[in-house]
Amino acid sequence: MRHTISLLVENEFGVLSRISGLFSGRGFNIESLCVAESLDPTVSTMTIVTTGNDAILEQILKQLNKLINVIKVVDFSEIDYVSREMVLVKVNAEEKTRPEILRMVEIFRGKIIDVSSRSYTIMITGDEAKLKAFISLIKPLGIKELVRTGPIAMARGERMLKIKEKTDIKGGESNG
Amino acid sequence: MKRTGAQIFVESLKAEGIDTIFCYPGGATLNITDALTDISEINQVVVRHEQAAVHAADGYARASGKVGVALVTSGPGATNTVTGIATACMDSIPMVVFSCQVNTMLIGNDAFQEADIVGITRPCTKHSYLVRDVKDLAKIIKEAFHIAASGRPGPVLVDIPKDVSSALADFKYPEKALIRSYQPTYVGHPGQIKKAMRLILHSRRPVLYTGGGVILSNASLELTRFAEALSIPVTNTLMGLGGIPGNHPLFLGMLGMHGTYSANMAITESDLIIAMGARFDDRATGKTDEFAPHAKIIHVDIDPTSISKNIKVDIPIVGDTRNVLIQMLKIVENEKETYRQQHRNVAEWIEKITEWKKNYPLTYQKNSTLKPQYVIERVYELTKGKAIITTEVGQNQMWTAQFFKFLKPRTCLTSGGLGTMGYGFPAAIGAQVAFPRSLVVDIAGDGSIQMNIQELATAVQYNLPVKVVILNNGFLGMVRQWQELFYEKRYTWTHLHSPDFVKVAEAYGAVGLRIENEKDVDKVLKEAFKNKRPTFIDVHVNPEECVYPMVPAGASLKEMLLV
Ligand SMILES: Cc1ncc(C[n+]2csc(CCOP(=O)(O)OP(=O)(O)O)c2C)c(N)n1
Ligand SMILES: [Mg+2]
Repeated sequence: MRHTISLLVENEFGVLSRISGLFSGRGFNIESLCVAESLDPTVSTMTIVTTGNDAILEQILKQLNKLINVIKVVDFSEIDYVSREMVLVKVNAEEKTRPEILRMVEIFRGKIIDVSSRSYTIMITGDEAKLKAFISLIKPLGIKELVRTGPIAMARGERMLKIKEKTDIKGGESNG
Repeated sequence: MKRTGAQIFVESLKAEGIDTIFCYPGGATLNITDALTDISEINQVVVRHEQAAVHAADGYARASGKVGVALVTSGPGATNTVTGIATACMDSIPMVVFSCQVNTMLIGNDAFQEADIVGITRPCTKHSYLVRDVKDLAKIIKEAFHIAASGRPGPVLVDIPKDVSSALADFKYPEKALIRSYQPTYVGHPGQIKKAMRLILHSRRPVLYTGGGVILSNASLELTRFAEALSIPVTNTLMGLGGIPGNHPLFLGMLGMHGTYSANMAITESDLIIAMGARFDDRATGKTDEFAPHAKIIHVDIDPTSISKNIKVDIPIVGDTRNVLIQMLKIVENEKETYRQQHRNVAEWIEKITEWKKNYPLTYQKNSTLKPQYVIERVYELTKGKAIITTEVGQNQMWTAQFFKFLKPRTCLTSGGLGTMGYGFPAAIGAQVAFPRSLVVDIAGDGSIQMNIQELATAVQYNLPVKVVILNNGFLGMVRQWQELFYEKRYTWTHLHSPDFVKVAEAYGAVGLRIENEKDVDKVLKEAFKNKRPTFIDVHVNPEECVYPMVPAGASLKEMLLV
């Protein structure tokens, strides 16, 4: 089963390697991972797409939560959410295929962001199904290169990824 | 007034109340080493190998409940700590390891004695820091100690570049560590606890299965009270030994691969397992599909990742074991009458367990040879159980777990999770530093003791009268046992040539004693325990003795090979 997870993490160096290390060290899959600074510059948002059964997902969520630099973990499995991805595709653009390409870009509401005498570079954003459809339609025309960002996700409506107020914990309480 | 990073380091340790560090110097430590000159508030124990510094800090922490501290140099000094850190991490031992690092400018350049120790130890620390600015040093030290000791404890590494320890900054030690992303849960959810108590009330064959979490949270008293209040038999993991007195009538002994018959059978036939601060390690559960097949499971643990990791549980309770036990005891107290019935409800079960205990006690075949189990029994009797015991790894460790009755928590110091040979001796040194007047005994194997034997020099230098009982069987005994049982006695690699341990001890300036037959055991042990010097006791035991019961790897707990 495929799962989309969102994380708020401290925007500090080394955090990404803690997270990727956790996945590789415990044999969890990462299908994609997106990370960038959030509105609050001390915090980064990450979107991870992973696969695994319920038990594995439970471990992934708990283990992520356990990392000291991870502020919040949200599993979108049970939340209504939107998710979008961007793909850049460089396709062969010859005299006779150009109109076809332009039409497709228009239908998919993409953009041509670079042009050369023999190629177009197209940018498309959308959900997974849309990107898949576009790629399969454009493929026969000759894809030279393709780069995807991996999806980013957000809950629908008023729900938000928020940081809880700092709470005060007494040090060493468990150690008496 | 500005201070150097090294001074800030020293002041921070003092502010944190650290009275002991285990250390080893090098080029990168020099600023700090120098700042520690004449600092009498901090006892500085210089070991002979950085691995031992970490194990000693670990032994110090396990015995005292305080945070252990080690300090080493960059590069090889830092990499030498890895086994010690991994050992502490697997057993959740609170510890801060300070490694020194090359100058910030040189990091990443493959500089002389540079190692990316933060990277190397990332998977085996609870957390780690590279200090990049002297202004952050005090805050990082505060956080490191807080993280190490709170929640599920563990080792934290702090890497301090040499230019950071020489740079100047204002010093103010923060009063509190505020980490927004780290808030362990200490109190159990009352609803879950209520549900758990209801299950307990309905069970007829309950078993408490408790681990290192009980020791770490100082919950032994509460555990014992709880077991008594409801008449629930208790089995311990290796890490949990001492959680209930080893001679308590409700105690079943250790469970698992080398657990007692009664513990493993009780688990197998139980209708309710109450797991506390234990994490269902494969050495404890045997084949997981057949672990406690008839039982519902309640699991109390401070670490949510431990819950339902290996075995699906029915009632998870996240919280500090001691707090949860106190919460549970309160319920029992409030409904005395209801819970009193439980004694009657489980009477049949207790009877059955008593039968098992009587019919299948831990035992060994006595013959004309000197049996290692006998030696441990005598150590127990002669010390009246009032010693801090450390072990190495192998048969020596399992026999100690079986035949020494741990009467108190924090008296069984052993590498449970990682199973690190070479742990016991430096850990004993650490425990002895924490308790200079206690009797500290390392029950060792002839193989393991050689992994950190150089620490004899440390013990002699600091007058630490640690006793090392070497169960010398001429073999890497535990591996040999597997070869005997599963590889048709092909003892490839496991036959050991060892030095004369008596002479080795004497060469270092310690006492060396030898026992070759049963009749000398008491006399020599008494002599060893009486003297005030570090002492090796080389005990020539039966070379081909095996540890029983044994559940073969992958088998279920009821499939025990008995003596
Ligand atoms: C550092 C390390 N290396 C290897 C092992 C694997 N191992 C486990 S038990 C054992 C034999 C230990 O021999 P000894 O110390 O003589 O103890 P005995 O079993 O004979 O009591 C070995 C090699 C280990 N646990 N730790
Ligand atoms: Mg041996």
